[in-house]
Amino acid sequence: MSTPVLEARDVSMVFGGLKALKGVTLTLDEGKIVGLIGPNGAGKTTFFNCLTGLYTPTTGQVLLKGNVLPGDPAQVTDAGVARTFQNIRLFPSMTVLENVMVGRHVRMKQGPLASLFHGPAYHRGEKAARDRSRELLAFVGLNNLDDELSRNLPYGDQRRLEIARALATDPAVLLLDEPTAGMNPQETEATQQLIFRIRETGVSVVVIEHDIKFIFGLCDSVSVLVQGELLVEGSPEVVRADPRVVEAYLGKPPEEVEHEIEAAKGEQA
Amino acid sequence: MSVLLQQLANGVIQGALIALIALGYTMVYGIIQLINFAHGEVFMVASYGGLATFTLLPDDLKKSPAVALPLMFVGGIVVAVLVAVIMERFAYRPLRNAPRLAPLITALGVSVFLQEAVRVWYPDATSNLPYPKVFPEGGLSLGSVNIAWTGVLLVGLSVGLSVILQTYINKSRMGRAMRATAQDPDTAKLMGVNPDRVIVLTFIFGAVLAGVAGVMFGGYLNNINIDMGFQNGIFAFTAAVLGGVGSIRGAVIGAFIIGLIKTLAGQYMPGGTQYDYVWIFVVLILVLVFRPQGLFGEPERVRA
Repeated sequence: MSTPVLEARDVSMVFGGLKALKGVTLTLDEGKIVGLIGPNGAGKTTFFNCLTGLYTPTTGQVLLKGNVLPGDPAQVTDAGVARTFQNIRLFPSMTVLENVMVGRHVRMKQGPLASLFHGPAYHRGEKAARDRSRELLAFVGLNNLDDELSRNLPYGDQRRLEIARALATDPAVLLLDEPTAGMNPQETEATQQLIFRIRETGVSVVVIEHDIKFIFGLCDSVSVLVQGELLVEGSPEVVRADPRVVEAYLGKPPEEVEHEIEAAKGEQA
Repeated sequence: MSVLLQQLANGVIQGALIALIALGYTMVYGIIQLINFAHGEVFMVASYGGLATFTLLPDDLKKSPAVALPLMFVGGIVVAVLVAVIMERFAYRPLRNAPRLAPLITALGVSVFLQEAVRVWYPDATSNLPYPKVFPEGGLSLGSVNIAWTGVLLVGLSVGLSVILQTYINKSRMGRAMRATAQDPDTAKLMGVNPDRVIVLTFIFGAVLAGVAGVMFGGYLNNINIDMGFQNGIFAFTAAVLGGVGSIRGAVIGAFIIGLIKTLAGQYMPGGTQYDYVWIFVVLILVLVFRPQGLFGEPERVRA
């Protein structure tokens, strides 16, 4: 069996008295798309923060290609994990192209002095970064917007720009935090196609999303997180059919609740 | 008329000096939202560093300005950079996540420390020290207006270095990293930007410019004293606020405006040069009241 590209082993995260994550385990095999769903406050974003070095798990560990993830976000990016954010976090006063080029930062060799003296190595490096960034912008479908300030883009374009910026770090794993939030059905469909195309380039993907239909249509495997615990994990078919998932999302079916009330009354009597 | 032209020229030279210092204030503020009150002292220490370098030169080199002057620049800049890097590492970095007031008060402490350190340890620093005469003498005469060569050099260096800095920040990998860190430090980290490296680099750039300014100040005014950092630091800080703290272009333009107000008010306003400070701060107050973000600053936005 080959080593999974990303593996979270028994990850727990405690903030003061709050247990945000309780022993979550997740395995991402190369070339797969894994979905992470769960009600609000289930710990999905906290889990992403543990996977990117923003938080150090209280217990447990995260492995990237079998190696323990470094504890510093910049090094995690260098090692090959990139992400986008639930609430878009572009650099608002930089242009579209510059945003992607910042993503290129870790893959550029240019030191502080080389860029001061604008030697041939500087020009080669800048050109390579610019070309690669344009390529990625075209890949996500943002053409001819290079010099626009990122804050002026429409919402859906900002989400795609964030994905291009994340891809610019040449990740092995891409973490997408609610990539279709606020999108209309056409945009959601386009995002799904985009994620499939990203997988084709050899990047493995973890997606957080509330849109169940989107997740089930996209992912090879789905993990359900409820109150910091991994409730169910499996193929979309298995997860969809699991009564506990339905319960976590919709509550218990009415007859069952009545049953429990009856039972409780019985106990009291 | 000739008096006006002469004062305009003097104002531009003053502005060029202030600009070199103001850039250090504005860059550091842009990245870590700290008004580094000790930056004026970095400029002062650089001036003494240049003087010390000259004092340590062998006698035959002292007589050759073409060698002595560049070495003084190197000495001044090296001292300024060392002081700035040590200050960042030991005074500010431990307070990176503290409430904003803590590093601000630390900056005032560092400022007093540097001033007293020079007073105590530099020979004869309690009085004005003459600066070596290795700078080009004489000047340019345009009609009735006389401009010293040191003034011309100062303006040239100031404008040239500002342009290089602006280009660097806009068009290089580390420059982009600096802007990204200024706009959103956490996200910049996730792009692989090392914030410590970016912040140190910012302090180093500020110190290099202050170093050039410190040596040029001695050359232009012929003598230096330990109060020079405080006085010019205040002007530079005002210039940075006037231009919009965080903005490179704003700091430079703000500095030239301050320089011009200083010389013109000294000439034409009642009270003369004794009151030139007053007019500078009147302008500062007006800006803070009517345009708090400064001429080129962006209005502060609350981050979502």
